[in-house]
Amino acid sequence: MKYYDKLIFELSRKGRTGFSLPASSSDSIGTETLPAVLRRSSAPALPEVSELDVVRHYTNLSQMNFGVDTGFYPLGSCTMKYNPKINEEIASMPAFQGLHPLQAEWTTPGAKAVYEGMDRALAAITGMKHFTFRPCAGAHGELTGLMIIREYHISRGDLKRTRIIVPDSAHGTNPASAAVCGLEIVEVKSNADGLVDVNDLKPLLDDTIAGIMMTNPNTLGLFEKDIRRIAELVHEAGGLLYYDGANMNPLIGMVRPGDMGFDVMHLNLHKSFSTPHGGGGPGSGPVGVCARLVPFLDLCVSGFHGNFGVILRAYAYILMLGKQNVGMCGKLATLGANYIKESLKDLYKLPVSSICKHEFVFDGLVNDGSGEGKEGATTLDVAKRLLDYGYHAPTIYFPLLFHQSIMIEPTETESKETLDGFIEVMRTIAGEAAANPDILHGAPHNTPIGRPDETLAARNPILKYQDGCDC
Amino acid sequence: MAGFPYFPQTDEDIRLMLNRIGVSSLDDLYADVPADYIYKGEYDLQDAMTEQEVRSFFEDLASRNPRLTVFAGSGAYDHYTPSVIPYITQRSEFLTAYTPYQCEISQGTLRYIFEYQSMICTLTGMDVSNASMYDGPTAAAEAMRMAVVSGRKKGTVLLSKTLLPHVRRVVETYSRYYGIKTAYIETLSGQTSADGLKELLCSGDVAGVLVPSVNRYGIIENLTGFADMIHEAKAMFVLYCDPSTLSVLRTPSEWGADVAVGDGQSLGIPLCYGGPYVGFMSCRKEYMRKLPGRIVGQTKDAAGRRSFVLTLQAREQHIRREKATSNICSNESLMALWVTVYMSLMGPEGMKRLNDICFERSHYLYNELLKTGKFREVFPGAPFLKEFVMEPLTSVSGLQKRLYDAGFFGALETEDGYVSFCVTEKRTKEEIDRLVATING
Repeated sequence: MKYYDKLIFELSRKGRTGFSLPASSSDSIGTETLPAVLRRSSAPALPEVSELDVVRHYTNLSQMNFGVDTGFYPLGSCTMKYNPKINEEIASMPAFQGLHPLQAEWTTPGAKAVYEGMDRALAAITGMKHFTFRPCAGAHGELTGLMIIREYHISRGDLKRTRIIVPDSAHGTNPASAAVCGLEIVEVKSNADGLVDVNDLKPLLDDTIAGIMMTNPNTLGLFEKDIRRIAELVHEAGGLLYYDGANMNPLIGMVRPGDMGFDVMHLNLHKSFSTPHGGGGPGSGPVGVCARLVPFLDLCVSGFHGNFGVILRAYAYILMLGKQNVGMCGKLATLGANYIKESLKDLYKLPVSSICKHEFVFDGLVNDGSGEGKEGATTLDVAKRLLDYGYHAPTIYFPLLFHQSIMIEPTETESKETLDGFIEVMRTIAGEAAANPDILHGAPHNTPIGRPDETLAARNPILKYQDGCDC
Repeated sequence: MAGFPYFPQTDEDIRLMLNRIGVSSLDDLYADVPADYIYKGEYDLQDAMTEQEVRSFFEDLASRNPRLTVFAGSGAYDHYTPSVIPYITQRSEFLTAYTPYQCEISQGTLRYIFEYQSMICTLTGMDVSNASMYDGPTAAAEAMRMAVVSGRKKGTVLLSKTLLPHVRRVVETYSRYYGIKTAYIETLSGQTSADGLKELLCSGDVAGVLVPSVNRYGIIENLTGFADMIHEAKAMFVLYCDPSTLSVLRTPSEWGADVAVGDGQSLGIPLCYGGPYVGFMSCRKEYMRKLPGRIVGQTKDAAGRRSFVLTLQAREQHIRREKATSNICSNESLMALWVTVYMSLMGPEGMKRLNDICFERSHYLYNELLKTGKFREVFPGAPFLKEFVMEPLTSVSGLQKRLYDAGFFGALETEDGYVSFCVTEKRTKEEIDRLVATING
């Protein structure tokens, strides 16, 4: 990757154009005829550039980026699996792209078939009854699912259920979604095995509890073995169980959340079902419910029918999997994670040593090289050093249960050779840390930029381009 | 695995990996799962398809959707997509990256988000933009929540009755569960009533006001005096905008708004049955730390090189959890790139000309439709840009069916029983004439 320093605004030359539109005829009436009070006083400061300027600029920008197609991306809880190319072609078919969202259903039978097919397939994979496809991302799905839970209680006149239990290991979106849904958060602790502590849970369950949000396997990659007991306790107390589908990948083809007693769940189609993450969206977070919650499913949480283009891609992936391949998806993801864990646990601290599912968490280096006034290498240092070796870093400093969390998720689409390469580099880095942690403190060395000054960015926010400023 | 292109493990690989782990089979990796939770049945899915079969399957589905020439808008606009855009957004370095957490290898994403923020700011006249929202309606709903959070103990938001219905519905949904009261500002001659607004502001409980710049009748609203009234009541003024039109229309900043929201779809994103689109949200400086979502900022690395990072993260869910300004995590980054490339190609001149073409052609259709004698004017003389409503003098369903049979989608029925038409620069004079001829029968 090479450093490229331009912003599109800096390529601008007055009078240059990159558009192709019919010329206005001399006698045409234009927007100048609108009353002055309705018109803006000066043109927006958009760049004036040629088509080649645009193509070259964004091509150069892309070359400072790392994606799944560039290399191994073991980002925990993000399920960076391969994004099949056929799916992109399908999503760009003109007969799908040209559909207006307000067309009557009888004029869009092809789109209807996509939604119905996806509903059936996701119901089969998860054991839920039906799905809504309107949520546009995972956190949006969480919010929608919690709204459904609230609506269920409201419909029964059970109005005091406004508190929700969230484990301390949960993704940050869980408590945030609950807050946006107007729920009060009650935290349940993890036990020494990294699982929800049933004894800590019991006293929390009363008639103000709307439900519990669970991620299973949880963010440590551990299967919540006591889920049967937890489901019984929560249901007995009148609450519902929400399943955060961010970690669904290891269960695909093996275990169905509906069978474990979950009432509501979301899936991240951009994780478990192979649609590309796009640098942070568009995603899709369909929400599935059990039979008794189907009447509450049709919530208006986004403008139209959800991210249809993303749903198309996921459907294509599911059709490729089919019943013959679906059973291997979760197993192979789990195989890869355990393989890396067992290959590195002598050099990186493993806080919980049991079998993991699709991901696992180390708590920093066994030997960080500290001593004699030398500062040891941190998780951040390891992550940055990985960039030098051509790998994306794992998720770091999450979950919050440990101080030096390194969360690794390889996914099923990575070969043994790729995993072996990563393991070797992680071992090399551990060796470097033990011998001379300064190599790591200064990393990355081979990337377009070094570690940027984040404090400066927050203290003196420059959030847009301004001509003539020190940009 | 033999025969499946996305699983690279050979039987020998699996054997070696299981050995290292110290278990004898893949099923042993699930020994921690209670046995009766392991699904034993056959999954109710179809037989696995080859890539060629998948392609045929979708070609067949696609062919069942008749291709219609779109004369409808109401929140989704059929503008032309320059071929450069999908070419750029399909570059896998953009497409297959995650949120730019590792900034040293994500400068491409971070830079285009910075450019996107800059363009949204110049279109709206606002100081700060976030990195994107799911869509326009959710951006509006989040802005209303932002108003209530900033509005010290005030719990009501006012929505104009002239907002598009899908925007109102999403704001209603979010408000219901967050505990925000909503009230509606009356309509006067197809525009938000200033007197109606004034009356509602008197309650003293209003935290925010949401009004459209171009409303559901296609009318460009005259919001003179709104900002003063709203600010006097110590409420937040939020304007819902179509960003494509903002290149010629008075900006939210010029109207005195505090926050601008809307859907970026009109900036060259295909209709695609409603998504993916991209919501935008920008605001005045004083609300910067209340904004939901990601924000990219400029800084330097140790060598002094200009660098970009995710910043002001103390607002966000992964740091603040339940105290975050929003739960949003993934947004619509790739669609932000889409509209950034669009605005780069169009520039100020292209955006202006585009609106002039929409303006001229929609007024042409308006006049031609009146000549058919099958419609009555609803808001004579009201200014519009590319979309308008008329009162049909014949049955709406009959009209729609006739258009559909001729290959058109138009005459969308509004809540008041009018029909709306939208004309973008993609609609040629020949298409407009054919539409009118169809209506004439």
